[in-house]
Amino acid sequence: MKQRSRNANRVLSILLGILCIAWVYPVFMILFNSLKEERAITTSTAFTLPTSETFAGLANYIDALQSKNFLTAFFFSLVITVTSVALILICCSMCAWYITRVKNLASKLCYFLFVFSMVVPFQMLMFTLSATADRLQLSTPFNICIIYLGFGAGLAVFMFCGFMKSIPIEIEEAAMIDGCNPLQTFFHVVLPILKPTLISVGILETMWLWNDYLLPYLVMDRTKGYITIPILIQYFRGSYGRVEMGPMMACIMMTILPVIIIYLLCQKHIIKGVVAGAVKG
Amino acid sequence: MEKAIRRYWPIFLAPTAAAFVIGFLYPFMHGLYLSFCKFITIDRASWNGLKNYIYALQDASFRHAFWFTAAFTVVSTVLINLAAFAIALALTRAIRGTNLFRTVYFMPNLIGGIVLGYIWQILLNCVLSLLSKPLLSLDATYGFWGLIILMCWQQIGYMMIIYIAGLQSIPSDYLEAARIDGASSWQILWRIKIPNVMPSITICLFLTLTNSFKLFDQNLALTGGDPNHASEMLALNIYDTFYNRSGAQWKGYGQAKAVIFCLLVIAISSIQLRATRSKEVQQ
Repeated sequence: MKQRSRNANRVLSILLGILCIAWVYPVFMILFNSLKEERAITTSTAFTLPTSETFAGLANYIDALQSKNFLTAFFFSLVITVTSVALILICCSMCAWYITRVKNLASKLCYFLFVFSMVVPFQMLMFTLSATADRLQLSTPFNICIIYLGFGAGLAVFMFCGFMKSIPIEIEEAAMIDGCNPLQTFFHVVLPILKPTLISVGILETMWLWNDYLLPYLVMDRTKGYITIPILIQYFRGSYGRVEMGPMMACIMMTILPVIIIYLLCQKHIIKGVVAGAVKG
Repeated sequence: MEKAIRRYWPIFLAPTAAAFVIGFLYPFMHGLYLSFCKFITIDRASWNGLKNYIYALQDASFRHAFWFTAAFTVVSTVLINLAAFAIALALTRAIRGTNLFRTVYFMPNLIGGIVLGYIWQILLNCVLSLLSKPLLSLDATYGFWGLIILMCWQQIGYMMIIYIAGLQSIPSDYLEAARIDGASSWQILWRIKIPNVMPSITICLFLTLTNSFKLFDQNLALTGGDPNHASEMLALNIYDTFYNRSGAQWKGYGQAKAVIFCLLVIAISSIQLRATRSKEVQQ
């Protein structure tokens, strides 16, 4: 019996290992293609490794950095992600605390609307949202975070509320009796308890924001050169004429690499965050 | 205490609520209104009654997109959940390298839809050209299966993580008691494991259903709806109606389509949640 189950485990390990290779291969393929010369990248040769003749070194990367606006897009993506996540975490945790601790019609209505907004697809409001953003001058990377706060509030408030219900109210009451006002109570007592949820929400929102394509594409003023990384990569295909495969692969690689490095460094938090988000969702 | 907090609403509630009105509530209401109007720019909209809806429902490309999306959603939901559950079962056994496998399978989730779409377009086109078959943008059937493969690659890891968490939360006495009573591993799977991970199944079904139904980025990047709108899903069809056609009537039609799409998503998610919630057992 034991022998049999050990054999079964060995077979499983091998199968899972093969699957692993299939999972990593696409990224690996982009990596070696980005090191090839432009003429060596065609539809039928995407699987061939670079040879000494077709090896281009870092030429594609240099081209992407110098003439394809990669750094601009990267910078704007970073600005948008950091400001929006920070704003979402602070404002939504405060809002969620208010909703769970104050029981009146307004807070109930807010909660219902936040949950409702999670289900509505973006296509429903893409046209009106971009017009609204335009009118309120929220179409630059530096203040688009207000739009993201509004559109991303649903998930964040929902998750914070779910966790906050489990915090014993006595702790907060004790703080208030000791003379804290609600602001002090929130920042000195509630926020530290909330830390694990803050990390989970932060991770989920970062994963969404960093990769979001349509919202910044429609909302931001592209004539002023405001682009994010997904928009940049879409531009490679969208423009007429031949697609420059080499620089495009280099851009893809430079987009994926930081994400994978961050993932490997803090995968425990990321996986925990995903599980927490799913259980509450 | 409640009173003290209530007085602080301008600090706690107002910022998020204001942003929510700007970023969601007002555009949503306005969109709902505009779906009954004819307009090119938002300021000059004239009432059009139900004409937009009638046209949207008569539009052959929209109906095609609906069936394409429906088929895609069903196939991808089934495949993703079966595969993710099977891998989760395998990874909760005592085998070596569990952590490595989990790390690798989850990785694609961090890569955005547009980037994923292009990676797989290059890969699948290369496979197709080596088999001397038509490329993705020339044959909607390949486009369909390409999207399925892409979606599986991206989502299996995510769902697997949720299933693993569910499986690990089953109290080990249940499994032990069943084993002592002589249950086979097949019986344990059906009688103990599956009923106890029902909450995870609810969540995963919900996520895969809505993700697949609302899919946009991957569709745009992998096939872009080619050939001739044949591999277009609902979200892309709406986008295309809005931004890629000229003429006074299209934006109204697009908005009406968007409302229908929104209602479909709400209907699917509430039906699904109700159906699987009733099968959950209390631990």
